[in-house]
Amino acid sequence: MKIVRVEDVEEAIRRLSMNVNYFINEDLKEYYKNALSREVSDSGKEVLNQIIENVELAAREQLPICQDTGVSIVYVEIGQDVKIEGGSLYDAINRGVSRGYKEGYLRKSVVRDPLFNRVNTGDNTPAMIHVELVPGDVFRITFMAKGTGAENMSRLAMLTPAAGVKGVKEFVLKTVVEAGPNPCPPIVVGVGIGGTFDTVGWLAKKALMRKMGSRHPDPNYAKLELELLEEINKLGVGPQGLGGRVTALDVRIETAPCHIGALPLAVNLDCHAHRVGRWEL
Amino acid sequence: MTKKISPPLSDEILSELKIGDKVLISGKIYTARDAAHKRFVEAINKGEKLPVDLRGQVIYYVGPTPAKPGYVIGSAGPTTSIRMDSYMEPLLKIGLKGTIGKGYRSWSVVELLKKYKAVYFIATGGVGALLSKKIKSAKVVAYEDLGPEAVMELQVEDFPVIVANDIYGGDIFEEGVKKYREITLPFKIERISEV
Repeated sequence: MKIVRVEDVEEAIRRLSMNVNYFINEDLKEYYKNALSREVSDSGKEVLNQIIENVELAAREQLPICQDTGVSIVYVEIGQDVKIEGGSLYDAINRGVSRGYKEGYLRKSVVRDPLFNRVNTGDNTPAMIHVELVPGDVFRITFMAKGTGAENMSRLAMLTPAAGVKGVKEFVLKTVVEAGPNPCPPIVVGVGIGGTFDTVGWLAKKALMRKMGSRHPDPNYAKLELELLEEINKLGVGPQGLGGRVTALDVRIETAPCHIGALPLAVNLDCHAHRVGRWEL
Repeated sequence: MTKKISPPLSDEILSELKIGDKVLISGKIYTARDAAHKRFVEAINKGEKLPVDLRGQVIYYVGPTPAKPGYVIGSAGPTTSIRMDSYMEPLLKIGLKGTIGKGYRSWSVVELLKKYKAVYFIATGGVGALLSKKIKSAKVVAYEDLGPEAVMELQVEDFPVIVANDIYGGDIFEEGVKKYREITLPFKIERISEV
């Protein structure tokens, strides 16, 4: 049986909080460069050059890539054979976030209550924590700093089965084109299909948390991911919505079985400052 | 051609700004985002004086990260402007002349900008480290309790923006996107509006 100490989790989360905000992943940098080589609009090229310059500066001086250092999404996959020791896992994650956001000079962007008492909690807690039990003795954390510009432009629809692939495509394209400049394109698009009202949003977020360029294991969905990417890039939105050919860098889909009468669909957008980090024991 | 301007923005300066113009702003600008706007408008509705005189001034929609030791400010890029749309008219009424953010404004605000002769600028979103280098000083001048949402007075030097909506009713996003669209959409594109 593998033993995981919560102090180690806290430390991992503390480091991830800072690192994802200062250092963009190497693979994502390649996507920026590739976007620059494909973009034809002058404003689009200028924006992409600024994005590249910005991530280099951020890494060099350890400054946050974006001032919206996000709400912390923490996805924990725990093997059935793992035992967690030393206290509450949830508390350890939140201590890690609190320390990372304070020590790392990151912005605290969480309010205690959504409606009546919007007072900043002062340390970016609580994190949005999702725990899933998996086979074996793996302990894996995926951490995402999620800015709200793109989150606010995300949409959910309870389609009918008759809507089919055509209906899914239309809703994704409508979400992206109507979001326009607001989610800071070029964006990354996470799509959840299936499940129920509550699970489909999480599927879309999980799709965003996957690696850049990773394809759905089912070839039908893998093909749909690429078709959606191509069609999104024909919308003309372009970098920062000023017009151009690069609107999205990647589209990823997660799916789940669903009711005979349902076709739940969620589209979760992320900005070009797509900040995801991983830690595994 | 890049234009250089400094607030306060006179009618003459505003009349020369057209959508798509690249502009470098130098001088004093104020920061405010959701929570500060709510307080501004509550104060106006109660007939109270605002903590800052916004006549002719420019508001930058930003909530920066805390400054590291030796820095004047942390990362400081624009936030999504549309969230401030429902607060716009009272501020334009008292003489606000410019706002800086990212993303589009609702059509009702595009109209208000024309009516009150004010300009909306965009700065590139998600490049907050880069933009922070154009900020030479920063001090909190109101609502300190709001933390990252407090109102700050910034001194900026050649802060790079683009005119997105001018006093003539123009809109940069409509123009730009049409040029590059290569797909026919089976639905009408609607711009979201503030509640």
